[in-house]
Parts: sequence; C-alpha cells; structure tokens
Amino acid sequence: MPVREENATKVWQRRTPRGRLALWAGWALALAVLVACARQISEGTLWVFVADAHRQAADLLARMVPPDPGYMGVLWRPLWDTVNIATLGTLLAVAAAVPLAFLAAKNTTPHPAVRQTALLMIVSSRSINTLIWAILFVILFGPGVVAGIAAITLRSIGFIAKLLYEAVEEIAVDPVEAIRATGGSPGQVLTYGIFPQVFPSFVGVSVFRWDINIRESTIVGLVGAGGIGLQLDASVNALRWSQVSTILVIVFLMVVFSEWISARVRKAVL
Amino acid sequence: MSGNDKVLQIRALRKSYPGGVEVLHGLDIDLRAGEFLTVIGPSGAGKSTLLRCINGLVPASAGSCRLRGAEILGLRGAEMRAARRRIGMIFQAHALVDRLTVMENVLSGRLGYTGFWSSWARRFPPGDVAGAFRLLERVGLEGYEDRRADRLSGGQRQRVGIARALLQSPELLLVDEPTASLDPKTARQIMRLLRELAAENNLAVIANLHDVGLARMFSDRIIGLNAGTIVFEGAPGELTDSELSTIYGEEDWSTEEVADVSA
Amino acid sequence: MSPPDAASVSATGLSGEAAARTWQRPRLIANAWIRRAAWGGGALYLIVAVATLGVDFERMAAGVPRAAEFVSGFFWPDFTTRGGDIIEGFIESVTMTLLSTVIGVALSIPLAIGAARNFASGPVYLVCRSIIAVSRTFPEVMIAIFFVVMFGFGPFAGLITLIVGTVGFLGKLLAEEIEGCSTEQIEAIRATGASLPKILVFGLFPQVFPRLVGLGLYRLDINFRESAIIGVVGAGGIGATLSTTLNRYEFSSAAAVLVLIIVIVLLTENVSGFIRQRLI
Repeated sequence: MPVREENATKVWQRRTPRGRLALWAGWALALAVLVACARQISEGTLWVFVADAHRQAADLLARMVPPDPGYMGVLWRPLWDTVNIATLGTLLAVAAAVPLAFLAAKNTTPHPAVRQTALLMIVSSRSINTLIWAILFVILFGPGVVAGIAAITLRSIGFIAKLLYEAVEEIAVDPVEAIRATGGSPGQVLTYGIFPQVFPSFVGVSVFRWDINIRESTIVGLVGAGGIGLQLDASVNALRWSQVSTILVIVFLMVVFSEWISARVRKAVL
Repeated sequence: MSGNDKVLQIRALRKSYPGGVEVLHGLDIDLRAGEFLTVIGPSGAGKSTLLRCINGLVPASAGSCRLRGAEILGLRGAEMRAARRRIGMIFQAHALVDRLTVMENVLSGRLGYTGFWSSWARRFPPGDVAGAFRLLERVGLEGYEDRRADRLSGGQRQRVGIARALLQSPELLLVDEPTASLDPKTARQIMRLLRELAAENNLAVIANLHDVGLARMFSDRIIGLNAGTIVFEGAPGELTDSELSTIYGEEDWSTEEVADVSA
Repeated sequence: MSPPDAASVSATGLSGEAAARTWQRPRLIANAWIRRAAWGGGALYLIVAVATLGVDFERMAAGVPRAAEFVSGFFWPDFTTRGGDIIEGFIESVTMTLLSTVIGVALSIPLAIGAARNFASGPVYLVCRSIIAVSRTFPEVMIAIFFVVMFGFGPFAGLITLIVGTVGFLGKLLAEEIEGCSTEQIEAIRATGASLPKILVFGLFPQVFPRLVGLGLYRLDINFRESAIIGVVGAGGIGATLSTTLNRYEFSSAAAVLVLIIVIVLLTENVSGFIRQRLI
C-alpha cells in the first residue's frame, strides 16, 4: 500500500516496495537490452568512417550547394513517370481494395472463411514494404514504370482495405436496418445503407494513400522501378552531388504539394 | 367487420435468442385496417423484438404471422423482401442515411419495387418521384428535397422517416418508439401526423411507445407487454393505475396522471 | 391484389401539379461545363499516362516463368541455405529497431515541446518545426543514402536514419498532442509557483504520457518495417540479406526472409496493439 504508518505518522509513497523493486528491475533489464543492442551495432560499424563523418558531411554539403538548375531539363520525364506511378498505382489499389474491404468487414462478409482469407491478403500486402515489392517486380517484369506501379498497387491494397474495412465495421446499423425493412435487395442495402456512410473515409483514405505514394514513388526507382529515383540512383553513383541536390529540391516541392492537395480534398469531403 | 379487414394476425409468436433466452412467450395479436394499436411496457419487455419479428429483421423462433391471410414468418430472400415492402417501418432514431439527401431517403422506400441499376443511378419511375414530392409536402418538408439528411432537426428527420415508410404504400405500419429522441411538443406533432396519415390511408399501425400519455391520447387500442407476455389489452380508457402497475410494476402513478390531464 | 403504386398514396388536399415534377440527384459539381471538363481532364490524363508507360511486353512475358519460380519458392521457403545471413540480418534489424526507437523517443520529447505553440515561440518554434518538416518530407531510404555516404556501409547509418525518421514522426504528433493539452491543469501547477521543469513533469507529462507510449510503440512497428528496406541502399539489417538473395534469384531464401518479416510485423503489431489498449 502506498500509504504506510511509520512512527505513528502516515508516509505516502508513490509505489509499494514490491512495485518499486519491479520497476527498478524493469529499468535495469531495459538498459541491459539497449547496451547489448548498442554493442551489436558497434561491432558492425567501422568507427574510423564514423569519426570521419563530419568531414564527409562538410564535403557533401559543399558539393551539393548550389543545385544544378540545368539538370532540370532531364528531370521532366522522370517527374511525370513518378506522378503516374503514384496515381495509377493508387487507382488500381483502390479498385482492388474496395471489394476486399467488404469481404473482410465482419458485418458485410459473405462467410467467415472468406473474411479470414481477405484478412490474410490484407496483412501480407501491408507487411511487405513498397521497396521490397518493387525489387520483386523488377525481377519479374524487368526494370521500368510498370514494376513501380505494381509495387505501389500491391502495398496500397492492404493499407486502403484495412482502413476501409474498419470504417465499414463502424457504421451505424439503424439506417442499414431501415433499408432492409423497405424490402431492398442486398445490393441496394449496400449502395443505399452502407456506401454513403463509408464514402468520406473512402475518399479520405484513398487521397491520404496517394499522398504517401507520391513519396514512395520517388524511391522505387532506386531499385530500377522507374521514376525520379532512377535519376537519383544514377547521380549518386556518379557522385554528381549538385544533380542530387536538384532532385532533392524537386522531391521536396512535390511532396509538399501533394500533401497540400490531399489535405484540401480531405477537408472538402468531410 | 368483414374477414378481409384483418390485416395482421399473429398467433403464438415466440422468439428466443441463441443461448436459450426467450424474450417473447407466445403472443397473439389481431389488427384491422385503419386501427392504431399501441404497445407499451418497460424497457426490455420485447416491444422492439416484436416489431422486428413481424418484418423479419429478426427471425422469429416459432408461431405464425399472417399478413392479409398469407403467412410471412420464415420467408426468405426475394419472398421476404416482397413481404417487407408491404410493411412500412418507422424507427426510434429515425434511421435516415445521413449523407443522402432527403429525397434519396424518401425514395429508398421504393427500393423493393426498383431494380438495382435503376436505384444505383437514382432513376425512379415518375410516379414514385411525384409520390415522394406529395408526401414531403404532406409531412411539411416542401422544398427540403435536396437537403442532406444530417442537416435537419430531430423532428424533421422523423418526418422524412415517416415519408419513407409511407412511400412504400404499406398495408401495415410498424412504428418503433417514434418520439424517443424528440422534445414533448415535437413528439405530439409527430404522433398527430402519424395518426392522420394512418387514417387517410386506412393503415393498420402497431406503435411502440414509452410515453403512456401519448399512447392514451393517440391509440384505438393498447397492449401492455411485460417480460414478453401480454398483460393488458384494451381501449385507452381501460388503462387504469392498477393496470399500469401490472405492466410496469408498483409505482405511484398519480403525478403523471395530473400532468397528462393538464397537457 | 394489384401491386400498390406510390402515386396512389393519398395525400389529401394537394394540388395535382406536384405530379409533373421530376427530380435529379444534386451533382457534386453544379456547373455542367466544369463537371464535363473535370471528367474529360481525368480521362485525358489516364489515356496519356497509360500511353507513356512504355510497357516492354517481351520482357514482361519473359518474367512469367520467373514469377512461377518465385511463387513456387514461396510455398517451400528455404530457411537453411542462407540461415547464417538471415539470422545475422534479423539480429541487426531488431537491434537497430529497438535502439533507434528509444533514442528517437528521447530526442523527440524536447523537440515536440519546442514545436508546440503553447510552450515555445519565436526562433525556437521555427527551428523545431523546420527540423520536423525536413525529416518528415524525405523517405527514409533517401535519407539512408546520405548517411551511408557519411558513415560508411553498415547498421550505424541505418540506426541514424531510423532515429531521424522517428524524431520527425513523433515530434509532429507529440507536438499536436501537447498543443491540445488542457491548459487548466498546467495553470494549476504553475499557480503553485513551480519552475518550468516542474510544470512539465507534473502538468504536462501526465497528460501526454499515454499518447507518447502509444506513438512510441506504433513507431516501433514502423521502424522494424523500415529496417527491412534501408538495407537495400547499404544501411544494414535484414534488407541487405533480402536484396542479396533476390538479386541472385535465390527465391526460396528470399521467400524465407519475407515470411519472417511478415511474422515479426504481425507479432509486433499485435503486441503493441495489446499494450496500447491496456494503457489507454
């Protein structure tokens, strides 16, 4: 008990003696784990390089500033590809995720077994990062924009479907019951009772994912899946740091812009 | 009254939920066209379950329920839906689809008569649309057709719910606590409107009500339900304090009586 | 009995003119020309975008047998051939994840306080906000490239990358949480004459603590996922193992790595979800 009698006065302490002990033991254990982690990383690190990092950084910065505006001319096409990878990938993902979400939601699934299958597909899609999907598709389809679109699509399906099926499970049941009571068919119950309720989260989630995908599509090129990442990879490998900084500026602007659009659209539908 | 006048005939209706809890212990109810029947009783007495068993939103466990002589318990699929469109239902919390317009909500009363793609494209027959406009006017919502349902007040929303149910051209109207979320004045207006519309269309109505005063004022007949059994049945005038105690349990009813008279 | 018709619903005392009215659902964009332009523009964009994809059908056809190989590899994941690499990669990923989350959380607390409008102002606020903005804008992999150049290949670059990502993520969300805090509780502590650190400990931390732990655990998930990919650009972890196996077409080993990643992600997600639920 936090309050004890000691010399006839009440002593208040935040925790019981045993609680304190457990707390200290917990902290000690956590600390031990962290030290072990740090040592593990330290073993895999060449500290000579790390000690030299400040010089490397200064050197890098000197080479990156100023950016090379002349390089912009080469970047228009990769930029267009990047936007397409994100947009087409998101559209395909939405098309696949909507039915999947309704199969996965407890209240709309035709059968529990279907639900489990859908949930498994959602989890697999979500757990594998876009870049890993991109590596896979570059091996399968060859380098290029198509691999990038496929990667973005497969990663986004799980993301969109998860948020969407959670929204479907949270809908109000009264309106759905009312549509059933009018004699509406299952399809009409879906389109009149359920769709309107999940529409805002559907648009919100899709646009939100598009915004994330713009960011992701700038890196799928690093493994050959098209877009501005290809250019970035080439410039880094060629040590053309002023080109690299040009690309970074472009990416920054693009990300800020897409974030602005997605915020506006989400505001408009709610 | 001729036999054809009998809209609803319920016999030995039972409902038990999985796990064996029985909430309706064999009810018998008859209803004529144009009759306004009110069901009162404490929360959990089975009033809502009774209504939902009639239109199959909740499957009944045993018994019979005949709509104009035809059995409707145990129907499935398209037959069930065909029966449902003859039965209008008005819900406690109006149960409108918030993000649809008033007109879409009202027209959803015709879904049972409309094909999927027509309803998807919002292409309803001109007669339905005209009927919807007339009903909106009748419930006092003329000019509100393009408002979104969530922009309406509680009383207005309930009026949309009424219009939706009536657009079905139902023979039977099920009304589940229509006034539960409304202030006393709006509640009265809604009840009066329901009563008038039922009379105009010669509808048979079963209404669940919490408010004994409203039940006395607006019904032709009252049924008292307690723990899934009918413990009272009679005209509003026969509902005495001792009957109320049978339905709701011991209580001093005198104050409410006074309030009712003054109101 | 003929099916009842909606128009037959009696509504006494009404004029017949209502029957002639038609109704159309209100459009999202009221102006017909703008609406058509929006549809046309969208369609045009899709056509041009698809036309400029540059699909190499021959190459894609060549990928089909490889896809079959990969899928069959997935049914028999091979954990043993590259067992040593896989274990090493995982240990590296897990250590990177744990350490970066702890350090990242520790660093993000002062940053979030500095980026909360109700605690900081002027240059401090601006500096903290711009640190958050920059670290959030660029994808982790891109940041990793630079740290690999600076610190050399290996998990240290990965660690720093993940710390930067964590700081940006937590800094922003925590700052929002702090800005949403009840000011009365803070005022009450301030009224006792407490100094700023005491105000923070007694007035602010109790309010944001549950959210901090929740976000920290959530970020732990994300960091593990990220640790599986920054290896692709040389920043250590399981990602390095994965890209090696894939580049050598060792699909069974790659499948083993992917299965392990999915399992661990599921595990951490459920555990962190469970803890968050218990806490909040």
